[in-house]
Parts: sequence; C-alpha cells; structure tokens
Amino acid sequence: MNASAQTYVTEDGRTIGTPIMEMKNITLKFGSVAAISDISFDIREGEIRAIIGPNGAGKSSMLNVINGFYHPQEGEIWFRGKRRKPMKPYQIAQQGIARTFQNIALFKGMSTLDNIMTGRFTHMKTNMFWQGIWKGPAEREENENRDIVEHVIDFLEIQAIRKTPVGRLPYGLQKRVELARALAAQPKLLLLDEPMAGMNVEEKEDMSRFILDVNDEFGTTIALIEHDMGVVMDISDRVVVLDYGRKIGDGTPDEVRNNQDVIDAYLGVAHD
Amino acid sequence: MSAEFFYTIEVILNGLMTGVMYSLVALGFVLIFKASGVFNYAQGVMALFAALTLVGIQNGQVPFAHLINAVFGTHLDTFGWHVPAFLAILLALGVMILFAYIVERFILKHLVGQDPIILFMATIGLAYFMEGFGDLMWGSEIKKLDIGLPQGANIWIESATAGWADGFYGFYLDNLDIWAAGIALVLVISLMIFSNYTKTGRALRAVADDNQAALSVGISLRTIWVIVWSLAGFVALVAGIMWGAKSGVQFSLSLIALKALPVLMLGGFTSIPGAIVGGMIIGVGEKLFEYEIGPLIGGATENWFAYVLALIFLVFRPQGLFGEKIIERV
Repeated sequence: MNASAQTYVTEDGRTIGTPIMEMKNITLKFGSVAAISDISFDIREGEIRAIIGPNGAGKSSMLNVINGFYHPQEGEIWFRGKRRKPMKPYQIAQQGIARTFQNIALFKGMSTLDNIMTGRFTHMKTNMFWQGIWKGPAEREENENRDIVEHVIDFLEIQAIRKTPVGRLPYGLQKRVELARALAAQPKLLLLDEPMAGMNVEEKEDMSRFILDVNDEFGTTIALIEHDMGVVMDISDRVVVLDYGRKIGDGTPDEVRNNQDVIDAYLGVAHD
Repeated sequence: MSAEFFYTIEVILNGLMTGVMYSLVALGFVLIFKASGVFNYAQGVMALFAALTLVGIQNGQVPFAHLINAVFGTHLDTFGWHVPAFLAILLALGVMILFAYIVERFILKHLVGQDPIILFMATIGLAYFMEGFGDLMWGSEIKKLDIGLPQGANIWIESATAGWADGFYGFYLDNLDIWAAGIALVLVISLMIFSNYTKTGRALRAVADDNQAALSVGISLRTIWVIVWSLAGFVALVAGIMWGAKSGVQFSLSLIALKALPVLMLGGFTSIPGAIVGGMIIGVGEKLFEYEIGPLIGGATENWFAYVLALIFLVFRPQGLFGEKIIERV
C-alpha cells in the first residue's frame, strides 16, 4: 500500500508525504566491529516510523548517525532531497532534527521552563550585544519564543512543574520534559530514543498518547526506537527491524509481525 | 558609641571592599568552571597579562621590543603616542577575546572529552606560557597602571563621619577601593542577569549541565567555550586593572589567584553570587581577625586565616555556600 513514493492518506486521515530522510547503504564500524552494516531505509514526511530490534541490534547507533553523533564510514544520508555532508550535531539540530535520549539528558540544575527554552535555541537570532542590552530585539524575541514554549507546556500538561528544577522530578515527568524540549524546536524530524524505557504501564500509555497527539496536531515526522515491540506496533505507521546491525524487516506493523526473520530474531532462533 | 566601635566598623568596611576584590578574581574561575568543568589555573596570569597589555597599549609600547631589537639590532621602545584609557581598555579587551579564541582553537578543541585533570594540567601549562609570553611581549619591569580612577583617602566620608565619637577621626576609606567594589558589584549583577535571562546565558548553563544534550538542541560547544573564555578574560582585565592600580603591574599580580581559592571553597565553584558573598566573608573575616586577634598572636594572620576559614567550611558544607547541592542517590 505504501511501497510507492507517492503521498497517501492513512485510515485515520493523516497525510503521509514523500521521504524526508533517506538512509542509503549505511555502514558504521567501531574499529573492526560493524554496529550497522549496509542498512537502507527512509522516513516519510508526517509518519511515525519505528526502529525496533533486540538489544545490540544497532538501533541507538542508527539514531546517533541520523543526529550526527556518529559518522558512518559508508553510505549516504539524504535529508529533504539533498545529500547531507558530514556535519556536527549542533549543525544538524539547526537543520531541524531534534532528539531525546535513552537515559534522559536534561539540564538538571535548570527549571522545566528553562530546559524547554533551550529547545528554542536554534530559532533565536539576536546577537550577544542586544542580549546584553536586553531591551528591544532580545526582549521581543524572548517573549515570542516564550509563547511557543508555553504552548508546548500546555500541550504536554506540565504546567504544574514549570518552575521546578528538573533534577527533582520523577522519571516519567523528566521523560516528558525532554520530549517538550525537543518539541519546542518545532523540528522537521523528531527522534525519540526509547521514549518508554523504564516506564510503568500507565506512563507508557500517556507517552503513547502524547506521541500520537504530537504527530496528529503538529504533523511532526517522528522516528522512534523501541526495544519492546508491543506499544510500538500500535502507534507506528511503518517499522524497520534491525538485528545484529542488519536490517531484517521493513514495512507496516502487520507485515513486520508476520515476517519469519523478525519472529525468529525476537524468539531467539539460532542464527545460521 | 565608643571610638573603638567605629574603628571596628571601619575594619569591616575595608574588609568588605577587599573581599569584593577577591570576588572579582574568583568570578573568573567560576565562569570557566561552570561552563566546562575546568579549573582554570591560568586565571591569575590572565589578569596579569590583561593588565600588562592595557599598560602597554596606553603607553604606546612596541610589543616584543626586546625580541625585535635583539634580532634586527634596532632600538625600538615606544611608538611615542599615548592612547586614552577608554580606548586602551577596549583594545585590551579585544586582545583578551583573541586570546580566548586562540586557547579554544589550539588547546581546548584537542582536549574535548578528556578527564578534568588533563584539562587542569593544560591550564597550568598555559599559565606559565602566558607568564613568559607576557614578559616577552611587554617587558618584565614593574609598571604603573593609571586609568584615571581616583586614589587616596575619601576626604568626604572622612570629614562627614569625623567626631561621631570621642577620639574618632572619621572612616578612612580608599577611593580606589570604593570604586573597585562598586564596579565589581555591577559586574557580578550583570553577569547573573545575563546568565539567567538571555539565550546565550541559558546556553552557557546548558553546556555546563550536559554537553551532549546541549549539542542536540543546536548549541555549538566551541562557540560557547570562546564566549566563556572571553568573559573570563574580561573579568581578568577588570581584576587586573583594579589590583594593578592598587599595587602596580608586576609578576606578583598573578598570585592574587591564590586569594581567590578560599573564596571559591567558601562560595562554591559553580555559583556567581557565591563568589561575591564568599569574597566578602573572607575579606571581612581576615581583616577582623587580624584586627582583633592578630596582635595577640603576633600578626600576619591574613596569609593563612582565609584558608582555615575555608577548611572549616568545607567540613560542614563541601559544596560551598551556594554550590549546587550534592545529592547522593543510590
């Protein structure tokens, strides 16, 4: 149904566009160990794309390649129709790719509000001189960006903890603040590294709902990694399955679920 | 009120103002430590270098005159002009910003992700290099620094307070100290506001907290490092001006860094207000101790009292007065 490069409309009425990001024959090695070997897949505009696989499959490495923490030895990365040169992570963030981390990387000493404001960094352009003077352009810019941040705060229902230093928040809420910071950047592509890791059932349900809402409301393209197949199958449009650094499945959740290689990988059938 | 009481007050006031001068040096350490976790051993030498550069520019000295003369057999000394203080300060600030850029480009960039101890060693190397480089560039003789700040006793305060008690001749406060304290306070307050309410300030705090996360929201670590070292250079310039005006620009200026250490232990390595309050406590503490107890035990207590005070503090509050609370989670 979605094998062609055409746009299409999902059953629940969302429009899925053409690929915004394409990974072509990516190989990433640490010394002689290949974390990712010759993997290709694409992420379409407006979709929720999951990357799943057992431990050590290369999921996090793949995310780090997309966001520039790692540079693959081979392969091409295409973003919004252009081949991407090797770039620093902050330059990639400026291109509109935001992410969260598996082990929560918040600015622990700063309040929830300040953390989310850092998400607006790439959108704030006034120079140091005006910031030093504060009045005028810097103040106007600060207020405009603050409005966007407040909107995100409302959306993720974290008004009550706006002023709390994030180091004091419980785990589930920290995960949500991290999502808020990434969302505040209004990214063209949002990368979520195990957004539900370590959560209880209720928190997982909340997070799933937020991910779906973000995608639905803002039309944000989301690529997420998950370890646990259950939740992901319910919320994603298409799924890539990795195992031992290779791609073993790619398609809709149903296709992937019935793929024999995937079943073997998850059930732990011996490799040939 | 007795004269004795007012003399004690005078000691406290002088202690406060000296303390603010210590804070000024401590502030440079805090800025760099907060943003990069590096204890910058070179902060004191930076103050010396900044002051040397300022005096050199003001007096129209030819940089590297000794070297040039030795190589080409010339007899260069000065350009023969005199640069106004304000312009000279701006130029010296420019040199410190250039210095920040060079440090990032040639040292820090290559040490990304290394242990703090390695970065610390690098700053020790940098300190001694700068010391020699400063001598080479501007000569090693003691110089007088004068940017037109008022010096000497403040007559107005002295005469206004004279006669408050029998045998009390008014507060003896040095004009330069009053100015230095005022400027330092303004500087600290501006830096606090800057770091709390601006985009760059937030980015500074973000980098201090988590490098990877900072990168992922689009903050360039290298730019932030240049900014932080420039700010530290600016603070070093102000400290160099104040201390240089007080005691001349010479090698011993770099040793004021040692006065900043107890301030840091007291105020915490990561807190800007901690640096100022810590400085004041140390300043008042050591002056009062010298005044009240010093005569009983033979004086010269100012050399060690600050460290003892800081040690006692460390035992009870290792993170310092305003440092981020150390929470142990198991």
